[in-house]
Amino acid sequence: MLTKTSFQGKLTKTENLFIPFIVAGDPSPEMTIAYALRLQEEGADILELGVPYSDPLADGPTIQRAAKRALNAGMSLRKAIELVPELRRHGVEIPVVIFTYYNPVLQIGHEEFFRMLEENGAEGVLIPDLPYEESEEVRNLAEASNIEFISLVAPNSDQRIKQIAEHARGFLYCVSTLGVTGERNEMSADALRFIKKVKEFSPVPVAVGFGISTNDHVKLVRDHADGVIIGSKIIRLIESNLESIEKGNSDEALDAFSKEIRTLVQ
Amino acid sequence: MLQVFPDVKGRFGDFGGKYVPETLMGPLQELESALDEAMEDPSFLEEYHHVLKEYAGRPTSLTYADKMTEKLGGAKVYLKREDLNHTGAHKLNNAIGQALLAKRMGKEKIIAETGAGQHGVASATVAAKFGLECKVFMGEEDIRRQELNVFRMKLLGAEVVSVSSGNGTLKDATNEAIRYWVANCEDHFYLIGSVVGPHPYPRMVRDFQRVIGDESKKQFRQMEQNDPDRIYACVGGGSNAMGMFYPFLEEKSELIGVEAAGKGIDTPEHAATLSKGTPGVIHGSLTYLMQDENGQITEPYSISAGLDYPGIGPEHAYLFKSKRVRYESITDEEALDALKLLTQTEGIIPAIETAHALAQAFKEAKEMSPEETILINLSGRGDKDMSTLMEHFQEEV
Ligand SMILES: Cc1ncc(COP(=O)(O)O)c(C=O)c1O
Repeated sequence: MLTKTSFQGKLTKTENLFIPFIVAGDPSPEMTIAYALRLQEEGADILELGVPYSDPLADGPTIQRAAKRALNAGMSLRKAIELVPELRRHGVEIPVVIFTYYNPVLQIGHEEFFRMLEENGAEGVLIPDLPYEESEEVRNLAEASNIEFISLVAPNSDQRIKQIAEHARGFLYCVSTLGVTGERNEMSADALRFIKKVKEFSPVPVAVGFGISTNDHVKLVRDHADGVIIGSKIIRLIESNLESIEKGNSDEALDAFSKEIRTLVQ
Repeated sequence: MLQVFPDVKGRFGDFGGKYVPETLMGPLQELESALDEAMEDPSFLEEYHHVLKEYAGRPTSLTYADKMTEKLGGAKVYLKREDLNHTGAHKLNNAIGQALLAKRMGKEKIIAETGAGQHGVASATVAAKFGLECKVFMGEEDIRRQELNVFRMKLLGAEVVSVSSGNGTLKDATNEAIRYWVANCEDHFYLIGSVVGPHPYPRMVRDFQRVIGDESKKQFRQMEQNDPDRIYACVGGGSNAMGMFYPFLEEKSELIGVEAAGKGIDTPEHAATLSKGTPGVIHGSLTYLMQDENGQITEPYSISAGLDYPGIGPEHAYLFKSKRVRYESITDEEALDALKLLTQTEGIIPAIETAHALAQAFKEAKEMSPEETILINLSGRGDKDMSTLMEHFQEEV
């Protein structure tokens, strides 16, 4: 490998990664910046910045609600990308991955989309409804723009696991269970066998997401994978503090949030 | 000469494909293999046609509407009577095909989405007939306006799941059905009700609905020794239209798809996807849809639950772009007028969905000559719409 991508340059380690997911603009762009900073303080290694979408097929009720709040606050794909330099200005240094459904990307246009990501300093992109077979053009453009195109593998990807994993960039997102996003109580033995198989083929860190919601899950995943992705649980923590934010007690909300995150990932 | 679509990537020209979460790629592959195999197996097709004949009551009639023809004073009007199909609409043709496939694949549980409730009823019906467990996802708003069909589904033994996200209509019910399928794909078969969704659904539903066009062609040629000059069908997702049009794509007949213009295509309240929409991805397929400038899908509106959908099947997107099919739109009011006219002229109460095709056809028939012929796909009967019709016509009747 000749040169590192800017994603790799910014990543300080390749194991024991903590990758939080938040929705841009939930409940406001200002709070997104504040939450991102708190997550970085609590050890986040990569930030997944979700773009709210009207019809999020891969998401459960928690992230659907977050998307609705953010859309009501006027968030869009363009605005989410333009939030990246704001995050930087306030001190977010970890790599930022834009997580967006495909239709908004298609409306901006592939080339303009990657030009915007590059110009605004995002390091990666993840499009949950753009599977390997449909993503060739986007993967090539990502490569040319120094942006990591993050791929997903699922327990039922079967023969496709090898193909997807071998082409993985940035990190490989391992969907731990069949289903949509949301908190779950258990991690099955099957999930652990699946992670092991994925790791055999992946040249990049393997991170596990979907359903991770307790410190026990986090510890278990840490033992088997290179990183843990937490979405719905974090959104629920944000949700539980909405009232204090509305009352103007943002600092109180943020302190409570930090404390919960610390317990979750310790 | 038209190419054979879809191609190996599930594309109809630029449209179609599989834009789905990774967890659905496996199940879609499994479905595609099973479908290919079934369609090559004469015994599968034999069983499908046998059930259509013995259980659904096919072939449905082709009716020459003499009174309507006289009243309009133009082209001769023919009706393909899908309202006479068991359960009252074309939807059952597809439900039978997919249920037989589900059984062949060893899946004992089916899920379905529904708008007007016709596909839900068709799914609940085949579930009862073939001993499958059935869950139907239906928007809150549609549950309200299609009360009778909700009860029919329950009576048939299906579970109706109320969906409250979005406007509580067909788009939202489809989202929820897909989400449920993602989590339960190992033992569930998703029985989609129109020519929408990721590959191979648009192709499969078309192939299970083409019986409408195949029969029509044969019947019409017997009666008129020719093909119709124009053929009309309403378009929600587009399954009754695709089923009717597909066998005529290479013939000379002009094909006209009719969308719902709701309160008018210059208002925000319509469901005229091709007239007013732009290309994008909805429910796993690249097609035309109604969306805002940020690529968020917008909420459609139509008085008819079955046309109240912001997308359209990808093959229609292709036929629109290649201009093989002409697409028009009809408002709520125009549809209701046509519904009443057919009812009182021919003694046939059509579904409000169907009435959109009738309204466009009647408009044009008047301007045509008596030597010309038109064929309208009468996709379903109006029994399910009685409460909506009562609200509108109570004072007049
Ligand atoms: C009678 C009838 N016609 C038409 C439709 C619209 O569906 P499609 O466009 O798939 O034929 C429906 C849908 O519920 C229906 O019930």
